[in-house]
Amino acid sequence: MNALNKAKEPFKFYTQLHMPELTGLEAANLQELLDLIKTVPGSVIYHHTHRFLQQHQYLSPEPPNDFAYWITGILGEEELGEALYSIDTIQYTTILELRDEIVRTIENYIVQHPRSLHKFATPGEEFHFVKSVSFIFQTPYTASDLKEFQAVLQRVTINSIYFHMFEARLRIGQGTNDFSNWLEDSLSEKKLANKIASLDPYTHTMENLRVTLIKLIEKRIVESMEKPSEAELAFPKP
Amino acid sequence: MPKITDYEPIVGSHTIEELRILAGKLQGKVIQNINSTAVGGGVAEILNRMVPLLQELGVDARWDFIKGGESFFNATKKFHNALHGKSEEITPQMFEIFMETSQRNIDEVKIYGDVMFIHDPQPIVLIKKKASMPDSKWIWRCHIDVSTPNKQVWDFLTPFIHQYDGAVFSAPGFSQPLLIRQFLISPSIDPLSDKNKDLPQETIDKVLEKYHIPKDKPIITQISRFDYLKDPVGVIEAYRLVKKRIDCQLIIAGGTATDDPESTKVFAETKEAAGNDHDIYILPIPSGSDIEINALQRASTVIVQKSLREGFGLTVTEALWKAKPIVASSTGGIPLQVKHKYSGLLCHSISGAAFAIKQLLNSPDYAKRLGENGREHVRHNFLLTRHLKDYMLLFLCMYHPEDVVYL
Repeated sequence: MNALNKAKEPFKFYTQLHMPELTGLEAANLQELLDLIKTVPGSVIYHHTHRFLQQHQYLSPEPPNDFAYWITGILGEEELGEALYSIDTIQYTTILELRDEIVRTIENYIVQHPRSLHKFATPGEEFHFVKSVSFIFQTPYTASDLKEFQAVLQRVTINSIYFHMFEARLRIGQGTNDFSNWLEDSLSEKKLANKIASLDPYTHTMENLRVTLIKLIEKRIVESMEKPSEAELAFPKP
Repeated sequence: MPKITDYEPIVGSHTIEELRILAGKLQGKVIQNINSTAVGGGVAEILNRMVPLLQELGVDARWDFIKGGESFFNATKKFHNALHGKSEEITPQMFEIFMETSQRNIDEVKIYGDVMFIHDPQPIVLIKKKASMPDSKWIWRCHIDVSTPNKQVWDFLTPFIHQYDGAVFSAPGFSQPLLIRQFLISPSIDPLSDKNKDLPQETIDKVLEKYHIPKDKPIITQISRFDYLKDPVGVIEAYRLVKKRIDCQLIIAGGTATDDPESTKVFAETKEAAGNDHDIYILPIPSGSDIEINALQRASTVIVQKSLREGFGLTVTEALWKAKPIVASSTGGIPLQVKHKYSGLLCHSISGAAFAIKQLLNSPDYAKRLGENGREHVRHNFLLTRHLKDYMLLFLCMYHPEDVVYL
């Protein structure tokens, strides 16, 4: 099989958009923040740990975590902020696990730095809890081989890439994503699938992630013109 | 008036395509916007642009108005100021006038939308018609900063608000404890309007020439109307701290309302604070001079928004869109737009503002990077196209109570 071979099933591109819904809940210090992080719905934790990915398309990546940003910038607890920034989001396959890690990190810090509880945000700078209502729908794009796949990746919005790379990880679990799944199952491109699955998408900007994906695929297309694929080696033509 | 395709070079054709798909999901639904006026004011400005673009995308969006006499609008102006937190005397008679006019509008305004999108307090009582249209969805769009509302007015409005299916606010801090769903929709700027479109260098130079502003030193600018809450005198004090170390000039430009005695007073005080410093330019810009404002922003080295209190702060959005490094107070909607050290610098005091301005003037590469980040942030979050997307998602939310919606 080479890059122009057809997939068993075409890849259908979906996209995901978010509507922020206000919860009316707010925190003015670390204890209030912690108590609410423990009790708010998962869609709230999702919003504050993932919205940065779609909303902040800076030229450089930045910490994708509202809690860390507020704790550092408003409460001035830089050490805790750093600990929260550096939580390796990608290793958590559910929002519940991610929430537990955030809670653990804050609780440990409070034990070591009890005076941090005495710091309050000035009025107007409280942390406001917001949840994301997610809308998922199909785009007109499909891909049946690697070349088509690469072409569509250039055309879809970052929201579509977000859906298949980030949302999929939480939806499917097992640390993988829709692109890798399809590449492996439908195109027998296991090596390429693994390369994409091992990317840490949380430390790329979305546009940078798009470029990285396209380059990986491009490289595979060039290779496939030169040498046989894993599938061809495993099942040589008679 | 720009067409939806005119935005493609700015946000990408894929974004417009996504908007079209979303519009398709609203097929068969009539969206009826109601506010109090067709011209003048921010709400009319938004609807004038949004309604035709929604229609072009395929959404059956319409726009109607309520009617009211002078006494009604005098009362609602007072309500508006009071909701903003300004001290106003609100009399029982004002509430009576408000209810009388509202009842006339209930009798006269034709209500036909599947989704009723009611803007601001003036038409809020129309919700009484909901009972006669059981399948309709009603949304109250609050464009006002109600973070510290006058309790008397807010308590008067609350029973009406609670009859709506949802309310929309512009910043998280504006929301109030309510029994209904509350959504967050930030305002937006139109990148193709006179205030924000790209300008040739000659136009910028002409405006500088008009006001006799030389280009030989860095320009610090604050664009805002002459209002105590915008702290123009504080901006002059910050400039003076900067000027001790860096030779620069300051522009404070904005509208003055001739019928607003406070504005005239603030303008006079700002002029007085400027004294005879020839590097300070206090410019009253008449309304409708959007290209001049645009040019002054583009000519600036650093843009300042040192407000003591701010609504959303669209002048900040405009500055960021022009990729200008910005120093702004951490108030109102500004922290939503400026992430400290990523897309600008936030400050809390005159000396803090001066320090941040000096940092930017002395580190042009850093300033450039902040400005470019700011422009990208606005491109993704605060342009008209994002606003269109949010409105369509909001309408869809009325039919989907769940957190994850598969369309």
